[in-house]
Amino acid sequence: MRKSDPLLSLFALLAGLFLWTLAGSTRSPQVAAERLDPVRRLVSELGLSDPALFTEARYTRHLSQADLHSAFQDHPMALEHFPSGSLLAPPRPGAHGRGE
Amino acid sequence: MRIVLEDVHKVFNQGRPNAHEAIRGVSLSIEPNRVTCLKGASGSGKSTLLSMIGCLSRPTAGRIHLGERLLSGLPERFLTDIRRHTFGFIFQQFNLISGLSVLENIMLPAYPLAPDHRQLTATASALLDRFGLAHKARNPVQWLSGGEAQRVAICRALINDPRILIADEPTANLDTRLSRDFMEQIRRLRESGRTVLITSHDPVVFDSPVVERVIELCDGRVVGG
Amino acid sequence: MGWLRRQRYLLDFILASLLRRKGKNLGLLLVYSLIVFMLASVMLFTHALKREMGLVLQASPEIILQRIEAGRHALIPEDYLQKIGRLRGVTARKGRLWGYFYDPAVRANYTLMVAPERRLADSEVIIGSAIARTRGIGPGDYLTFRAHDGEAYSFRVRELLASDTELFSADLVLMSERAFRISQGVTEGWYTDIVLSVSNPLELEKIAEKLTLRLPDTRPILREEILRTYDAIFSWRQGILFVLLLGAILAFVIFAWDKASGLSAEERREIGILKAVGWETGDVLRMKFWEGAILSLMAFLLGYLLAYLHVFHASASLFEPVLKGWAVLYPAFRLTPVIDGLQVATLFFFSVFPYVVATIIPIWQVSVTDPDAVMR
Repeated sequence: MRKSDPLLSLFALLAGLFLWTLAGSTRSPQVAAERLDPVRRLVSELGLSDPALFTEARYTRHLSQADLHSAFQDHPMALEHFPSGSLLAPPRPGAHGRGE
Repeated sequence: MRIVLEDVHKVFNQGRPNAHEAIRGVSLSIEPNRVTCLKGASGSGKSTLLSMIGCLSRPTAGRIHLGERLLSGLPERFLTDIRRHTFGFIFQQFNLISGLSVLENIMLPAYPLAPDHRQLTATASALLDRFGLAHKARNPVQWLSGGEAQRVAICRALINDPRILIADEPTANLDTRLSRDFMEQIRRLRESGRTVLITSHDPVVFDSPVVERVIELCDGRVVGG
Repeated sequence: MGWLRRQRYLLDFILASLLRRKGKNLGLLLVYSLIVFMLASVMLFTHALKREMGLVLQASPEIILQRIEAGRHALIPEDYLQKIGRLRGVTARKGRLWGYFYDPAVRANYTLMVAPERRLADSEVIIGSAIARTRGIGPGDYLTFRAHDGEAYSFRVRELLASDTELFSADLVLMSERAFRISQGVTEGWYTDIVLSVSNPLELEKIAEKLTLRLPDTRPILREEILRTYDAIFSWRQGILFVLLLGAILAFVIFAWDKASGLSAEERREIGILKAVGWETGDVLRMKFWEGAILSLMAFLLGYLLAYLHVFHASASLFEPVLKGWAVLYPAFRLTPVIDGLQVATLFFFSVFPYVVATIIPIWQVSVTDPDAVMR
């Protein structure tokens, strides 16, 4: 057996897997959407607006509804809640609607 | 194929203060199917001459003919091509690539020619067989003794079935017995119809009955033979 | 055919030569793959999360109306539902009741929510899977809250929210309206906020404008804005992670450059031998190209595939500490594999190309030297 045989087979295998991951993502947008159906139903039933990714504080739990005006604690850029506080951008000006 | 040199010069570092003329006007004719030895002290220019004949380098001035072809003046591509098909090289340090197996080392000169792999392996194995190294084929070359390494170097030189074999100080790292063995192998190669060119300052080589002609060099000039 | 055969021979050679320094090269491959793995993980994760968020939040209410009191979110009176008046395009409006609850037992924040459609008895709750996990409870068990008045209320867990909705439901506690009002002290006639459904997205802006005119102490939050905010947040997060990774990448680049470009005396000698035995300059360069290509391609494929596994089959568990922060509850979620071809192509280019170049360039100088160097 040549030295390049196992290497080429390994490459073929990895490249195959690579293409499979690419194909997999375009193959089934339908299936993907269906998979999300229960989540969408729940979101629409309860009117949820934010994912439960950051549960450590009120303003990180519901980012879209965080207060914009309070001096320290409720600003998403407040650093006292590390690391999410340091990772989240403050909402863009104008992104939270009017009347403020 | 007859090799003819006409007034060949070789200058290293030309145009610079450390310029050095290694070959000063050599004219020679080397007959085919003979064993020729270039004899001379180190620095006499014999290796330089050999490398020019073997298309490893080009003369600064003068002409080298290989059979019908004029070598001097050919671009590198063509020189490499001629070198691959016509010459086999055995170097002073054997110049095997350590870490690679004996078989891989022997097959190395054939890689750019890309022959069929099975055929190449068969040719290489046959060569190893001929030189009594078949059992070492898979060993890494750094495990070999001096004599074995020398024989591997010969096998490598022969893999592309060249007409001309060039050996630069082949016995410099061998003891007398191994040097004699080497000359014996040279005799067999000569019998198989190859031209052999050796440089050496080892009496075992130039006094050997195998050598048919001795050309003596001194300071870049032919002084005898 | 001949070309392919030649490349295979070169592969044979370079592989044998790489295997000589097995430890060093495997180490390099490992570090290289790890870098690609980190970068690819961040890319795949943020992209998939963004996509998922975008798809799911399409179902969230078009407008959430908050009342602002002294600059902060405050309860909204029920009669605002009437005060809004007739607005063309608004198909439904309802008051929502929700809030937060800090559970000192596990130091976790829950999101309490009233779910009228679940028809919960006043002593029943439905909880998110992360709470169930953290508290170690399941359906039939009891969950006790200390209410706003100091009273302790026990609720029976009726069921858990489906675990495949965890990304949005991990910390939810659903209860009946009465239970919520009593335990949280929200009196009748008040809601947390109001949600409006709008059928035509083109009318949203207009409706939002009218709302702020009619109810000056409120602010409407549009779904489009939420989507945009999340898009921005995750792009930003990705950027931040890349910045954090930059140090590691730079260190690797220096290491790889040194490794790839520093030719040892032995390598020089080898190239000399190869040229002497009949290899062309081009063959040497091609051989070196393959060396760079094998290593970087292998690292790219390994790193990328590991990242794919990590993100889509191991729930991106390495990012958990970063996302989790101080939080106790963290959703276990599986993202749908979606891949941005352009991102992958960028990653491919930046992980493979520079290394290959770094391997070839220094060889150039050496391989154009005369082949008789070995005889000197």
